[in-house]
Amino acid sequence: MAHDVHDYVRTKEEYEYVRRQRAQEMRHMLTSFAMMIFLTLIAFTAVAAGFSTYLIVPIILLLAAIQVVLQLYHFMHLSNKGSGTIAFFMFSGMFVAFIVILTFVTIIWW
Amino acid sequence: MSSNAQKSGFGATVWDYITSVDHKKIAILYLMSGGLFFLIGGIEAMMIRIQLMKAGNDFLSAGTYNEVMTMHGTTMIFLAAMPLLLGFMNAIMPLQIGARDVAFPFLNSLGFWLFFFGGIFLNLSWFLGGAPDAGWTNYASLALASESHGIDFYALGLTISGFGTLISGINFLVTIINMRAPGMTYMRMPLFTWTTFVASALILLAFPPLTIAIFFMVFDRLFGSHFFDVAAGGNTIIWEHLFWIFGHPEVYILILPAFGIFSEIFAIFSRKRLFGYTALVFATILIGFYGFMVWAHHMFTVGLGPTANAIFALATMIIAVPTGVKIFNWLLTIWGGSVSFATPMLYAVGFIPSFVAGGVTGVMQAMAPLDYQLHDSYFIVAHFHYVIVGGVVLAIFAATHLYWPKMFGTMLSEKLGKVTFWLFFIGFHLTFFIQHFLGLMGMPRRVYTFGADQGWDLFNAISSAGAVFMALGVIIMLVNVVLTTVKNERVGNDPWGDGRTLEWAIPSPPPFYNFAQTPLVRGLDTYWIEKMEGNKEGMIYAEPLGDIHMPNNSFLPVVMSFGLFVASFGALYHPDDLPWTIPVIVLGLLITFGSMLLRSLKDDLGFHIHKEDLIKDREGVKTDGH
Repeated sequence: MAHDVHDYVRTKEEYEYVRRQRAQEMRHMLTSFAMMIFLTLIAFTAVAAGFSTYLIVPIILLLAAIQVVLQLYHFMHLSNKGSGTIAFFMFSGMFVAFIVILTFVTIIWW
Repeated sequence: MSSNAQKSGFGATVWDYITSVDHKKIAILYLMSGGLFFLIGGIEAMMIRIQLMKAGNDFLSAGTYNEVMTMHGTTMIFLAAMPLLLGFMNAIMPLQIGARDVAFPFLNSLGFWLFFFGGIFLNLSWFLGGAPDAGWTNYASLALASESHGIDFYALGLTISGFGTLISGINFLVTIINMRAPGMTYMRMPLFTWTTFVASALILLAFPPLTIAIFFMVFDRLFGSHFFDVAAGGNTIIWEHLFWIFGHPEVYILILPAFGIFSEIFAIFSRKRLFGYTALVFATILIGFYGFMVWAHHMFTVGLGPTANAIFALATMIIAVPTGVKIFNWLLTIWGGSVSFATPMLYAVGFIPSFVAGGVTGVMQAMAPLDYQLHDSYFIVAHFHYVIVGGVVLAIFAATHLYWPKMFGTMLSEKLGKVTFWLFFIGFHLTFFIQHFLGLMGMPRRVYTFGADQGWDLFNAISSAGAVFMALGVIIMLVNVVLTTVKNERVGNDPWGDGRTLEWAIPSPPPFYNFAQTPLVRGLDTYWIEKMEGNKEGMIYAEPLGDIHMPNNSFLPVVMSFGLFVASFGALYHPDDLPWTIPVIVLGLLITFGSMLLRSLKDDLGFHIHKEDLIKDREGVKTDGH
């Protein structure tokens, strides 16, 4: 609408705050990046070690789920303020899709 | 009056409506076309009841009966109930949250026109070689065996109108999340807005499975794939799953807005704040979630095994809990209120016992072992008509009376409204109550006739007599609409006198920009709060009067939808080895994608209503006798 646009200058404190926030965010990103590589290593090792498929498949699916959550929260900024509704809808959708896939796998194709 | 109400010619008015992106005009379009399809579906229902009024009747042949029965169900669900509810959502929801329009006005128009062309396409099947005849559920084995083009009309028509519904659903979600007036927190939203929100979320999650299922069906029937063809390695049960993964949330898409409408009515006509608002909101969300976990209760007799049947049976019974919470909240809203039995309130009070009856038979069917007895009998027919007619249709009629003044600026006659209610209500119970017993006596659903020695004659005759009452009720409602429109007695902002939410704080019908200044919301039942504090203007404002940015009308949504309509004819006749089918598909898609390209390349920045015009407009309103 016809609102005026204000120029905005950050104070020193705000600047420091934002700086700290960004540094922290960067740390989180590096940590989760390291974790993701580690998770991928586990997945490869599990296959290379030649465990039973019935063990490997659930492990890999679990690791994949963890990766998705890390990805969403640390790289796609789902934890940021104002993403609550998005997260709610996304997880609702995932939940519905999960139930559907579970049912199909267990009662149609098993 | 608003500045867009200048006298203009008939053609100009029609053009204005066709190209309109105004949510209030699109609501009227939904109401008119949904009403038209409701009448068509109603005529089909009457044909069914005429055919079944006596044993061995030959009013309809077996094949025609299948077509009429299929089209009755499909039309009533997809082309009547949903569009009518979408119409009320369009008309009222933006006003309730203090918005000037929905988030994407252009998409709103596109959603309507996709639904409209899909509906027309589906109904053209009557004139082009036969309507679909595999029931509204269109189970794959039966549908693939159907020889006429009917099923193709079903699949393609529902694809188009399904896109429209999905677009509308997303539009409402974005609108409610982003466009609430300052101060309107989620927990201050009126219940009709809440149910619109949850129903839209259900549309968002439930329509993709339907689209996939119908796509498979289109490709199986028209382009030689074998998704459902068991002989070629497909699986026919997948259709049933996909259809009901959509189909069960679909019935909640219908009933939740109905719950919302009744919640508004109970509060207005009991002159009381809604009892247990928070519980009602969470019950709504819970029903939305449970709706996705129960679809297999439509398929108990398919042979899913006892474990699956037990899980889905329990999940189904759980839904009765939040629904029961709602029923008790409504009863407690009435309790101790100063109740006025205006027409909408009659419908709301009539709805409670009717819907509870439908809910109780629903829980009976949730018991898988009993369902083996009830499945595909008239008991099922009675059950879903009790929830859909006793819930959704009563809500649509109630909303028609309640919101008619807000949409058209004139009150429907109370006297005729009450006549309609009683005729329809008595007719409804007469028609469907007895069908429970027909089901228990063994009459299967979807049969075109029955024998004189089966003992179903009397009950079927009574059921058909009830249908006549319902038809009379609808006719009197149409008479009411015509008389009211001819009389044209204008009403003020709050014609019921006890409006609680923001839509009653602005003129009826509202000016095309809805709110000259965005309101500031200070609590639940915004308008009621302001009224009680003696605020003559009905609201306080969140911003100074300023220019308002509005979108331009556009003809492109009609063209886009028409392109898909054309392409569907090409796809429909594709298996007949005709030379023109591929070119027609290409032509149709070119029209659609060409107009999408045009929309993307050509900037349409809309226009501004200037402050001076708003002031002039407002003074016009004040001197207009308000």
